Amino acid sequence: MTWSLVFEQLLNGLQYGVMLFLMAAGLTLVLGIMNLVNLAHGSLYMVGAYLAVAGMEATGSYAAGVALGFAGTLVVGMVMELLALRPLYGRDHLDQVLVTFGLILFFNELIAILWGRGSLYTSLPAWLQGYVELFTGSRYPVYRLVVLAVGLVVALLLWYVVTRTRLGMLIRAGATNRTMVAALGINIRLLYTVVFGFGAALAGLAGLMAGPMYAVQPGMGELILIQVFVVIVIGGIGSIRGALVGAVIVGVVDTLGRAFLRPLLATVISAPAAEAAGPALASMLIYLLMAVVLSVKPAGLFQSR
Amino acid sequence: MTRGALFWLVVAIALAALPPIAGALGQPFYIDLVRRMMILAIAATSLNLILGYGGMVSFGHAAYLGLGAYAVGILGVYGVTSGWAQWPVAIGACALAAAAIGAVSIRTSGIYFIMITLAFAQMLYYLGISLEVFGGDDGMRLKSRSTFSGLLDLGNAVSFYYLCLALMLVAIYVTYRIVNSRFGMVLRATKSNEARSRAIGFSPYRYRLTAFVIAGAMCGLAGALYANHTNYITPGLASWVQSGDLMFMVILGGMASTAGPMLGAFALLIAEEILKGWTEHWQVILGPLLVLSVIFFKRGLAGIFHA
Repeated sequence: MTWSLVFEQLLNGLQYGVMLFLMAAGLTLVLGIMNLVNLAHGSLYMVGAYLAVAGMEATGSYAAGVALGFAGTLVVGMVMELLALRPLYGRDHLDQVLVTFGLILFFNELIAILWGRGSLYTSLPAWLQGYVELFTGSRYPVYRLVVLAVGLVVALLLWYVVTRTRLGMLIRAGATNRTMVAALGINIRLLYTVVFGFGAALAGLAGLMAGPMYAVQPGMGELILIQVFVVIVIGGIGSIRGALVGAVIVGVVDTLGRAFLRPLLATVISAPAAEAAGPALASMLIYLLMAVVLSVKPAGLFQSR
Repeated sequence: MTRGALFWLVVAIALAALPPIAGALGQPFYIDLVRRMMILAIAATSLNLILGYGGMVSFGHAAYLGLGAYAVGILGVYGVTSGWAQWPVAIGACALAAAAIGAVSIRTSGIYFIMITLAFAQMLYYLGISLEVFGGDDGMRLKSRSTFSGLLDLGNAVSFYYLCLALMLVAIYVTYRIVNSRFGMVLRATKSNEARSRAIGFSPYRYRLTAFVIAGAMCGLAGALYANHTNYITPGLASWVQSGDLMFMVILGGMASTAGPMLGAFALLIAEEILKGWTEHWQVILGPLLVLSVIFFKRGLAGIFHA
């Protein structure tokens, strides 16, 4: 194990962390402001990935695919909010879980009907396909660095919007006391639709960026959704800052655990035992981390309410 | 005879009469289908104890279904095929897991509780996937069904069917007795008003955790039955789709009702079978159907039967 390898895995972890953050930011706002559990957030991630692939195939342009993935998910998200989620704001969390669970079944099957159950693979334009040399002899894909940069820029933009603009003020006010915001003459329903739409678009962005790295297939959103839940639980519901910190922690811990837990264990216990226990322990690592955080801080690291 | 007693008499007679009828019609498939419905009805009944009566929205209940099944399968790999050993281990392992998961989760409430129970169930699901020794993602086949020192042959579809029927009725009766005991009264009180139940001197945490463990153990039994039913175990048994299905069974049938989970399990699986007969893409119909049933059908099936 060399230090350049550790650094490379650390970058992978950060890159996965910002993807988780893009998902978690939208979801935590929806949870914090609207008090709505939306399991179908993972479906929006999937929709973003598929729309981007479809856009690329139809036009042959990567930029067009990205644009379609982002804008398309925004629209799908707003329609979903208007049709299926509006009746749910007054209902308890159980109903919300069940309805959005039903939506997941629907979206997964719809995608399977339209594009089949197999995985789709996408190609990147030439300028994103290269490698950069971080150290002598260690090459790192440009695309992963771009994903990392996009994630960090979005995080900065979100911070600016939420803390420095009128829209952000309304969002924060809505999270604190929605009845009061409505009483002051703000169209809270419109605010909800807009926030939900942009949360959806961020999930779509994560999905379309994930496309070239992981397989694009029905149900792809579920795996990441569960990890996003872990992120939000660790970070604290409704807190963007918590989502960022939680996402980076989960991304790095998960990636490093999968890469190094087995060789590390092999230095302590026998190699075959480490071979069996390493992957098992690595897949449980973030959940154990969540249990530890919760036993110290039951409302997450950055409690917003 | 009260309405409830009449209902259960009809249910018991109808289910008991099914194997001879299916046998006479030459349709053993129905014995298999109804056996699966009854096993999942046990799982749904156990979930109803914490979800319906305890107000704990556990989105990870399938974890115990998977754990119970794997306990049977793993013991089988090491040559222990006696059900007298396998089933208590399955139940005990699930009780332990529920105690550990519950101890952390019940400290929280609301959205946190939903997400944490889901995350722990997924943890066990991924654990199952990463255990290559026991088949990993592909799952594993049972070497043989559980044996009961010659008293009962689970290989015989009809006697296994009657065992499931008996256990389902026992599980429903036990749950009924629990929720109407002093313990159950306190549990229901913590659901309807936590502050008040604290004020009159009860510690909700202990009651909730106990109910959580009982529910986990009962679902472990369903898992052991399920392993024997399919003869094949996959991590998918513990997946969140299975957890969601269990929740739907409880809601569809009617929360906090004696017969609800059973009716919900039967209704959901029958709907699945019918839709599967129509189209390969049955989930595209079932999804919106479930959405509509939650929005418009609040009282559940048990409300129709007053059971």
